[in-house]
Amino acid sequence: MLVKQISVFLENKEGRVAQVTQILSESDINIRALSIADTTEFGILRLIVDKPELAEKALKADGFTVSITEVIAVSIKDEPGGLAKALKMLHDDKISVEYIYAFISKTSHKANVILRVEECERAIESLETGGFLVLKASEVYDI
Amino acid sequence: MTIWNPKYECMSDDEKHRLQGVRLRETVEHVYKNVPFYKGKMDSMGILPGDIRGIDNLRDLPFTYKTDLREHYPYGLFAVPMDEIVRIHASSGTTGKRTVVGYTREDIEVWAEVCARTISSCGATKSDILQNAYGYGLFTGGLGIHYGGEKIGMSVIPISGGNTRRQLEIMMDFQSTVISCTPSYALYLAEVIEESGTDRSKIKLKAGIFGAEPWSENMRRDIEKRLGVLAIDIYGLSEIIGPGVSQECPEKCGLHINDDHFVPEIIDPDTEEVLEYGKQGEIVFTTITKKALPLLRYRTRDISRLYNEPCACGRTTYRMEKVTGRTDDMLIIRGVNVFPTQIESVLLELGETAPHYQLIVTRAGTMDALEVQVEMTDSLFSDEVRRIEDLEKKLKFNIESTLAISAKVTLVEPKTIARSEGKAQRVIDNRDL
Repeated sequence: MLVKQISVFLENKEGRVAQVTQILSESDINIRALSIADTTEFGILRLIVDKPELAEKALKADGFTVSITEVIAVSIKDEPGGLAKALKMLHDDKISVEYIYAFISKTSHKANVILRVEECERAIESLETGGFLVLKASEVYDI
Repeated sequence: MTIWNPKYECMSDDEKHRLQGVRLRETVEHVYKNVPFYKGKMDSMGILPGDIRGIDNLRDLPFTYKTDLREHYPYGLFAVPMDEIVRIHASSGTTGKRTVVGYTREDIEVWAEVCARTISSCGATKSDILQNAYGYGLFTGGLGIHYGGEKIGMSVIPISGGNTRRQLEIMMDFQSTVISCTPSYALYLAEVIEESGTDRSKIKLKAGIFGAEPWSENMRRDIEKRLGVLAIDIYGLSEIIGPGVSQECPEKCGLHINDDHFVPEIIDPDTEEVLEYGKQGEIVFTTITKKALPLLRYRTRDISRLYNEPCACGRTTYRMEKVTGRTDDMLIIRGVNVFPTQIESVLLELGETAPHYQLIVTRAGTMDALEVQVEMTDSLFSDEVRRIEDLEKKLKFNIESTLAISAKVTLVEPKTIARSEGKAQRVIDNRDL
């Protein structure tokens, strides 16, 4: 169920994201989703890719600090209130979300959301009970 | 200009060598008898106190290193019982352990004497009002200069460091004529005076004695012009006595060493061979009058030169060139001694191996700023901003409490800190000293 997300530490200076994407491109890795959390000093680039282990290896070989975090991918209806309903489910079950970002898929007309929570199992249970489709890792990598 | 003690500051070479010889013999006997560390060193070299007949035998004696002080922390090198110690000072050490120094009542008297010489050399007399803005406390600067000023008979204001607004208020209201502080603080004061639009006629300063950190001729010109004072460089280190080891006279051609108390040598720091006058090397001091903590050939790690020509001021003491650097990696930032290894000890608390780090020192305006860059590692990294910011805060707090100065901590990507021959370059000093 859980999706492996690649997190990369970046200093807040020119050309760093370009460098990461270049390395991934050279290893023939496709990016499925991406988000950046940044402060004035540094940023954390979070990536969902088709080959997470390979991406980690390639980036580390180039000297980047990389970690793999398990996150949840959930598919929701692409309509007003779609995300609100999912988050309310989690909130009612007292599961806090560390961060969240969305991406779309080529095939379905649904929106996909990446959720980072402390208690993945409970979160999945909560979402599934609410009728949401939690995506399998392989589904996400191959979107 | 007055010379505080012409009898000792203007001796002929013969007189001086005779006096130094007598005092060195007494010191060697004293440490051989009372400090097991020195007895052990001399025994292993096959030297007895009786072998030291004059000052020429100085080079037969063993060296003393900062590590020796650390290994005998806190009182192991004291040569008198604690009953006779009336004062203890301490400075920061390389890995957290402080360097502890003690004084007998007689030592305090010697210290006041040499500091009186130091202060007099800028032309100060008992008619002057001394604003002593060196820190009072464990640091030797404040109390050393304080006793020297009182010995001269000056009116000493023990204002200590910091609180610039109060410094200026007292400077004007109390009509201070002489100030003692670090050169960078003097420049900062000048800047504040300029910015606040203070009426210059209310400032009566005519001279300043500045030390505890290295400074350049450019900085001197700047201070003299902007603060309107004669700016004199003074030198000292707590291991030898504190301030009062040497000082410039208004000729500004090197610092006069109080060589009836502290005998200098210049050595090659690698071979430990004694170098001749005029050659650059590490300056080494032997204390020949101290009772509580006499040190033989103490390796200061400061780079300088020695001159023996008479000075136009009339003093005949050896002079040392303004210190131009260090033979180790110690930095002096805002008057505080900083060793890069202190940062390492903080980083080691994070895990088994310390991440690569670098100290970057800059001078923004007049004040030194320290930035500590730490390379991110896999074990420190998190995908959450909050955790990384917490790490930065924790590092900043621990570094600041270890170094006792403020620092900016920046986490950088791995391998961004330049390495030469596989070893990271620990310090980048961008100050124009």
